[in-house]
Amino acid sequence: MKNIEEILKEKILVLDGAMGTMLQRYKFTEEDFRGDRFKDWPIALQGNNDLLSLTQPEAIQDVHRAYFEAGADIVETNTFSGTTIAMADYKMEELVYELNFESAKLAKEIAVEFTLKNPNKPRFVAGSIGPTNKTASMSPDVNDPGFRAVTFEELKNAYKLQVEALLDGGADILLIETIFDTLNAKAALFAVEDVKEERSIEVPIMISGTITDASGRTLSGQTAEAFLISIAHIPMLSVGFNCALGASQLTPHLEVLSQKTSAGVSAHPNAGLPNAFGEYDETPEQMASQIKEYLDKNLINIIGGCCGTTPEHIKAIAALASQYKPRTAFETV
Amino acid sequence: MGREKILKLSGLEPLIVTSESNFINVGERTNVAGSRKFLRLIKEENFEEALTVARHQVEGGAQIIDINMDDGLIDGKEAMVKFLNLVISEPDIAKVPIMIDSSKWDIIEAGLQVVQGKCVVNSISLKEGEPVFIKQAKLIKRYGAAVIVMAFDEVGQADTYDRRIEIAKRSYQILVDIVKFPPEDIIFDLNIFPVATGMDEHRLNAIDFIEATKWVRTNLAYCSVSGGVSNVSFSFRGNNTVREAMHSVFLYHAIRAGMNMGIVNPAMLEVYDEIPKDLLEHVEDVILNRREDATERLLEFAETVKGIKKEKTIDLSWREEGLQNRITRALVKGIDQFILEDIEEARTSVSKPIEVIEGYLMTGMNVVGDLFGTGKMFLPQVVKSARVMKKAVAYLLPYIEEDKLKNASLYEDESNKSAGKILMATVKGDVHDIGKNIVSVVLGCNNYEIIDLGVMVPPEKIIETAIEKKVDVIGLSGLITPSLDEMVYLAKEMERKGFSIPLLIGGATTSKAHTAVKIDTQYQNAVVHVNDASRAVTVVGDLLNKRNNQKYVGELKSDYEEFRKGFLKRTKHKEYLDIEAARKNKYEVDWNTQEIKKPKKLGIQVIEQQDLRELESYIDWTPFFRSWDLHGKYPEILNDSVVGEQATILFSDAQELLQKIIDEKWFEAKAVYGLFAANTVAVDDIEIYHTERRKKKLATFRTLRQQLKKYKGKPNIALADYIAPKDSGIEDYIGCFCVSTGFGVKEKATLFEKDNDDYSSIMIKALGDRLAEAFAEFLHQKVRKEDWGYAQEEVLSNNELIAESYKGIRPAPGYPACPDHLEKITIWDVLKVKESINVELTDGLAMWPAASVSGYYFANPKASYFGVGKIKEDQVIDFAKRKELDIAIAKKWLNPNLVEGK
Repeated sequence: MKNIEEILKEKILVLDGAMGTMLQRYKFTEEDFRGDRFKDWPIALQGNNDLLSLTQPEAIQDVHRAYFEAGADIVETNTFSGTTIAMADYKMEELVYELNFESAKLAKEIAVEFTLKNPNKPRFVAGSIGPTNKTASMSPDVNDPGFRAVTFEELKNAYKLQVEALLDGGADILLIETIFDTLNAKAALFAVEDVKEERSIEVPIMISGTITDASGRTLSGQTAEAFLISIAHIPMLSVGFNCALGASQLTPHLEVLSQKTSAGVSAHPNAGLPNAFGEYDETPEQMASQIKEYLDKNLINIIGGCCGTTPEHIKAIAALASQYKPRTAFETV
Repeated sequence: MGREKILKLSGLEPLIVTSESNFINVGERTNVAGSRKFLRLIKEENFEEALTVARHQVEGGAQIIDINMDDGLIDGKEAMVKFLNLVISEPDIAKVPIMIDSSKWDIIEAGLQVVQGKCVVNSISLKEGEPVFIKQAKLIKRYGAAVIVMAFDEVGQADTYDRRIEIAKRSYQILVDIVKFPPEDIIFDLNIFPVATGMDEHRLNAIDFIEATKWVRTNLAYCSVSGGVSNVSFSFRGNNTVREAMHSVFLYHAIRAGMNMGIVNPAMLEVYDEIPKDLLEHVEDVILNRREDATERLLEFAETVKGIKKEKTIDLSWREEGLQNRITRALVKGIDQFILEDIEEARTSVSKPIEVIEGYLMTGMNVVGDLFGTGKMFLPQVVKSARVMKKAVAYLLPYIEEDKLKNASLYEDESNKSAGKILMATVKGDVHDIGKNIVSVVLGCNNYEIIDLGVMVPPEKIIETAIEKKVDVIGLSGLITPSLDEMVYLAKEMERKGFSIPLLIGGATTSKAHTAVKIDTQYQNAVVHVNDASRAVTVVGDLLNKRNNQKYVGELKSDYEEFRKGFLKRTKHKEYLDIEAARKNKYEVDWNTQEIKKPKKLGIQVIEQQDLRELESYIDWTPFFRSWDLHGKYPEILNDSVVGEQATILFSDAQELLQKIIDEKWFEAKAVYGLFAANTVAVDDIEIYHTERRKKKLATFRTLRQQLKKYKGKPNIALADYIAPKDSGIEDYIGCFCVSTGFGVKEKATLFEKDNDDYSSIMIKALGDRLAEAFAEFLHQKVRKEDWGYAQEEVLSNNELIAESYKGIRPAPGYPACPDHLEKITIWDVLKVKESINVELTDGLAMWPAASVSGYYFANPKASYFGVGKIKEDQVIDFAKRKELDIAIAKKWLNPNLVEGK
């Protein structure tokens, strides 16, 4: 079987869409979130989507299956908040290894199932590594700009545990995503490098930042190019942007990456910008028509969706992407 | 496209160092080892001011800032982390990459852990052997930083050519082959040592460095070479003429050999081409070690150049060039000496006089515009260019008029000639116009027709003129806070009248936040906040560009909307106390132990005629440069690498004009001030009394109190807290004042304007403002030392005065500690300001003449400047009641201070 680096040169790879949007459709109650195992947990658990990998594994696998059926080459594990830092809200720091391990396992089972069905289209699992809910280079207190709620060391240790569990559970790729503070991402990359060294392994890494608004900068203030320079010390499969903006708003920033990096370029935008009720209402066709611009401009190697996207969106995007050649102006290092 | 091996660094923005890049200048004032001031600030934990040191460096052109906290008396790790965290929070500093400088690894690592961008580590070396070197390099790579490698090994520091290349080669091989460090991220510091020390072994120090640099750049692919230049001239301390020449000669050769970054003090650098031939020869002999006796000869020669001021010779060779070149040069250099003869020559060479403007002059002005646009010319130069341009046009106008009468048909399409019509006005109630005039001049230079309605322009007149003259853009300016509401009103009016032209907002109190939240929402079309003249040109260009201005306006609107959302989101987080709760948390002075000095002279004094000469040394020049868009602190700004030359020229022009103002008594300076018995009542009010017996009340000053919820232990301050309460039985005092140096400013400015000399007109207003501030400083000192006499022993330099190192404060109504302009009316009543010195208040409560300052005196040693910040409606209502004012009126005046949405 070809490895992902080779496949990436041949075609545009399709990443899945939103996990959260799909899980909302199940309308899980507090009891559903808790299941039997956590029925006496002292804190409310509704909303802890990562936990559903333990309490509602069939639902998680169904979502993965739906995305593979829609044409995705890569699905992301249900582990966006799977660090001791983010899980502290639920006092579930102790469960972090298990959550990541099981989530990777669930996704891997479905990926293997699909690869067996069609060996010409191998499927991959990307371990999703979110930004945590704390920032290392900004103060949460406007009156005390020198204060930091989390240190590099704390982030690095938290990420390391997540990375180890994801790899143990079978993740093929690590996807550090929704990076709003580059320093958090650097801590994650540091942890990945530590694990790679300790285990003497190589792992393909995808890095995806978030441009938060029309200023064209990350939340921590960097331009797209400054962001790229800050994370370029680690060999990566791809670099890109996801979340916060819809597809068309991302175009100029993807152009910067496309010109300046020799790695692959990825994008998984939201289904437009949220409406007044915080919902994403861009249709698959609307989104695909904007993504067509990326493809016409030859900007992309990996494409998928973030908030508000569904298997219908991914289906439309996959159909479109199959008609195009991948961005060629790159070679993996 | 392969992976390019070039050094790329980042702060919030990228810094790419290619072979075409100019020498990269590393700022080093944020280094406790290199700057005594910075060391003091860090020791005193005055991080706020330490930040301004960093900011000035970036403003002054440093492309990387070196931060070093290595000092025995500082906890280096803690200071590094704290300072970096603060730097990261300041986008105007954090935009450049950071050089983390320490000899201690734990400080370096602590620094790397708090910076998101790609830094440079300064430095590592083989000093402690290979294992340590490899371990540190691996970690640096993992943190994603570039590294400076010192030419240092187990044996010691490299001090010969051979040792330098030996260590560089070995370090490079270890880094590239073993650590797999990207070679483009390696920067060598090959040790710059002094020459001409008299010791034979030092003769080769410079040439060895230069040769080694060449070897390293040729043989060790992709790396960079850096160093601290001032070391080389160490033996000539005290003789700056020689030192500056040595630095330039050294850099000239080192850069040619491949040194591509380093620490250079731009103030200590002569232009290579301008070093006198004989000095150059002697210095090059030393640097390049060309003669046995080079050192002796330079030492001898140095005696003759010690302290010689550079002679100014005026080079007139450009007068030999072609006509267009001469006109362009006159415009670019702002020389008006020959412009009329050149214009006359041009006029006789064309068929229609208008062609001189359209051809020769516009060609020259386009060069000016390009240079300004690319940052190669600065604002004062452009204003001088405009002066030359105006003189030329004024000379041509009678010929053009005459020609028009003869050939009317040829001038039909003339109305389309300008790039657009721009109406400029300072809004009703406000008298400040320096910034507005500068923007007008710069836009005028770019071929826009300016309709300047002057100051205190009522909104009806702006609307009327805009319609009548069919202007393309309206630009509003204001300096005082009530002007903000005038601008909002005007935007509403424009909307109501169905205007579709863009509105520009500028002036000292305006901000993007206010524009986005308050003005942009009132007007459907473009509203842009523009606070510097260079941006004005591009903004107006984009707004009037017919091809894609719709897109630009759309982007502007959404940008402001996003900004507004972000701003409102941020402000929601703040909590405010009710006024009663804020009063309970007032600033407590222990009145039992507080010593209070009774003023020597109570009552009101008038100074009819103040000698301007006495004020000269009290001038704070830094804001003067700022008013010309030259940013940096005086006097350092004069030696700034980017704006230094322009700042020096501007300063010398200002000095020349200032001497005339003083010698020929162009302005009259007057003051009235008074000291009174006073006590605080009802917490926030200060009563002042006719006499020391405190029986009869003369007036009441109403103060405003901070309402933002503070950290535990921090008070909610009002000025009233600095005066003893009446019920304490303690006798306290207060003062108030008004000074003006503005009498005569407008008249002289008008004369200059008539002479088409905007440069001098703006200059004279700026000097008027500076003199008024100086007068306020001077008078405050006199009051402290004589009239009140509580600081008789005070001896302070002007810098210390500017830094407000004295006891007591002089807050001004309308400024942060007392944002209420209405209090000026009380001061005017108490001091009879209008009657005694004829300074008036406008509708907007601005002072006229504009070059005036008024305020209070508080003598309490605990008193310090603060900002009231946002206040809640309950305080406004309470304030209105105390002042017996209509609530709506109080709200109108305090509107800029009201918490949003409450």
